[in-house]
Amino acid sequence: MAEAELANTRSEAIVPDIQNPIVTVSNLSLYYGETQALFDIDMQIPEHRVTALIGPSGCGKSTLLRCMNRLNDLIDSVRIKGVVEIDNDDIYNSGYDVISLRRQVGMVFQKSNPFPKSIYENLVYGLRIAGENRRAVLDEVVERSLQAAALWDEVKDRLDESALGLSGGQQQRLCIARAIAVEPAVILMDEPCSALDPIATGRIEETIEELKKQYTIVIVTHNMQQASRISDYTAFFYLGRLIEMAETSEMFTNPQLEQTEDYVTGRFG
Amino acid sequence: MKNLLNRGPSAQVWKTGVPFIWLTGSALALCLLMITGLVALVMYNGTGFFWPSDIEAVIFKDGRKAMGQRWDKQEIPASNRTGSGQFRIQLKVGNRDVYGSDFQWIDESDIQSTDYPVDAVVFERREWGNFYGFVEALYEGENRVSNTWDVLQAQLDKTRERHEQIRQIEKDAIGDLNRQIESLRLKKREIEFGDGNADEIDAIDRESRSYWEAYERLADQLAQLRAANEIYRIDVRLIGGEVRQIATADVVRAYRPNRLGMLGKTSVYLSRVGEFLFDEPRESNTEGGVFPAIFGTVMMVFLMSLAAVPFGILAALYLREYARQGILVRVIRIAVNNLAGVPSIVFGMFGLGFFVYGIGGSIDQFFFSEALPAPTYGTGGILWASLTLALLTVPVMIVSAEEALSAVPSDVRAGSLALGATKLQTILRVVLPGALPGILTGIILVIARGAGEVAPLMITGVVKLAPALPVDGIWPFFHLERKFMHLGFHIYDVGFQSPNVEAARPMVYTTTLLLMGIVLALNLVAILVRNRLRKRFGGATF
Ligand SMILES: Nc1ncnc2c1ncn2[C@@H]1O[C@H](COP(=O)(O)OP(=O)(O)O)[C@@H](O)[C@H]1O
Ligand SMILES: [Mg+2]
Repeated sequence: MAEAELANTRSEAIVPDIQNPIVTVSNLSLYYGETQALFDIDMQIPEHRVTALIGPSGCGKSTLLRCMNRLNDLIDSVRIKGVVEIDNDDIYNSGYDVISLRRQVGMVFQKSNPFPKSIYENLVYGLRIAGENRRAVLDEVVERSLQAAALWDEVKDRLDESALGLSGGQQQRLCIARAIAVEPAVILMDEPCSALDPIATGRIEETIEELKKQYTIVIVTHNMQQASRISDYTAFFYLGRLIEMAETSEMFTNPQLEQTEDYVTGRFG
Repeated sequence: MKNLLNRGPSAQVWKTGVPFIWLTGSALALCLLMITGLVALVMYNGTGFFWPSDIEAVIFKDGRKAMGQRWDKQEIPASNRTGSGQFRIQLKVGNRDVYGSDFQWIDESDIQSTDYPVDAVVFERREWGNFYGFVEALYEGENRVSNTWDVLQAQLDKTRERHEQIRQIEKDAIGDLNRQIESLRLKKREIEFGDGNADEIDAIDRESRSYWEAYERLADQLAQLRAANEIYRIDVRLIGGEVRQIATADVVRAYRPNRLGMLGKTSVYLSRVGEFLFDEPRESNTEGGVFPAIFGTVMMVFLMSLAAVPFGILAALYLREYARQGILVRVIRIAVNNLAGVPSIVFGMFGLGFFVYGIGGSIDQFFFSEALPAPTYGTGGILWASLTLALLTVPVMIVSAEEALSAVPSDVRAGSLALGATKLQTILRVVLPGALPGILTGIILVIARGAGEVAPLMITGVVKLAPALPVDGIWPFFHLERKFMHLGFHIYDVGFQSPNVEAARPMVYTTTLLLMGIVLALNLVAILVRNRLRKRFGGATF
């Protein structure tokens, strides 16, 4: 479907009613220099749920995700219009404290990115930069977050070894543990399993299952099965627009739009 | 198309890629060969110098005699052969004060016989080079004492001890007094220029007089020590039969190589190596040690690194982390890269103009004006030389630090920022540790480059013979304005500027070997540190 046609036919996305949104995106447009990457996104992320963002490559999922912790600020050419609210605060407000935002909204990247430090120091990084240096507190956080990421048993005897010595899957779970060590409200995950084998993927999915009791998770994925397995809500994007968002069961069994159905059933994408 | 590609067996061979493997392999082999050849040559020429070879006594057919240590052996070109001999040998016959020259070429065909007299002695002297001969008699004052080897060695020990004392007094005590007197003189001048307060001038004069008295006492002491050493003398019979007298105090070391076994020679060898490493040079640098040059080289490299490394890292951090990547940054990057290729003498000229005359001259104006026109900082010194070299090596540091920084994945930075770190925290806690091994590689390059440079040093503070080390026990301990010695310059000076190039040649190789060893040692330290860091941070990512 051509872009212009799409814009004409579907100015409003189909979105569900969400009772307790923690993130609210209103009218969000984003430009990389002259090129527009996001078009008038309106969506709400429910608290303590897993929301999956799906859509073909280049449709703006990562870009949208990075709007939620203002990581797009790092790119000089980015311009943003619209509002992103977390707990009813506009995070793009000039007075908003980016540092505290990022403590509230953690992120796990596509490629695992442990720091060139020991496992222990990786985990307490967020606390240390916030000024927390009491050993007892740090020890406790390390154990808690490793338990939560189901990594404790594997690494508890080698906390002082370099994090770069872990396997790919372990590194990714370490990054998840590192994100939850600072107890954020929301965790953003950008295709966290795309570089991992099925077994490692399975373990991460289990971890996510556990985490959603306490955290709000927004996950980008290319894997429809994964989306249907782990998420409560799914949002489908196409060419920078939100096309349809619904409860996951609804989305995969009974999508409102043919375009969505085509994508989730794998007929195009 | 198919026909074109499969034109024959030679095309087939090219397709397998084997010739290319051979080409690349042999290029590498050639490089290795050249490097090992260089090291082997220097090792071969440099390590043998201290070995005490046997003394040959040659009797010519016409009855003349010569005695010395074998230095060289050459084939005589057929065109200018006079006798029947095919070879000629070069003897180091020493006794420069008697013969006028240290060396003698001898045509093999002129030789009647050669033998190795067991009692032949090598005297290494503080002046005039080696003396070869036989001990005829020993004197203590007017008295002839028993002429045994043990007595000679005992006398040598005694005189050596006094010689040390003399040197100590000359260098430390008198040097100290000189400085005190000089500073008093400058103070007095300052007062005279100022209000001319007579009381203060009087006080200074009194103090100055007390120093002069102390000086007088030291001079007396020196004269006594010298007189005490005077009484020991040795009568040495040369191979030709004549007898010469030398002062025991002039002898550094005496040994009879023809009597020494392996063990004895080794001990002489080690003692000479020790002298080389830990003593000061003698005889316009062609003998003795190179300690001041070692010290100067290492200290210069340290000072240089101290200036170049942090500066380079900071500049690289700005370029890579803060500057907006655009045309300006690209131009700067190209300029920095090119700066690394500017001939070093150009930096030397800049150092002379900017550091020595510019900054040094201003420092003198403001802080050492009472000493003018004699310059303090406004002349070459180790500080200016190090800074000049730092300038020369800082581009190397910037380039490699930038490379190391850009090797840290951007995801890792983003990961740190996403955890709520500020940019500064990210740089200090994540980026720099990740880039550290690469930065250390840069430091290795800086050290290697800096330790090998000579040209810019020659106009910014290196001298043939420095009167004092840049570090000593006198406050403020580090005297960065002082001139210094450097192994690279030492090699040049000994090899090409010394009055006795022939005798100095082995010294050149030995010093070269030492310079290579020092650069290697400095690099080894950096490499060890880097490997430890690699191990700590694990993985090949960094
Ligand atoms: N740093 C950037 N500069 C310019 N364009 C970008 C940048 N990052 C992404 N884009 C563009 O924005 C669009 C959306 O990219 P992205 O959010 O990465 O898509 P997705 O994650 O859905 O695959 C793409 O067309 C991409 O080319
Ligand atoms: Mg993406």
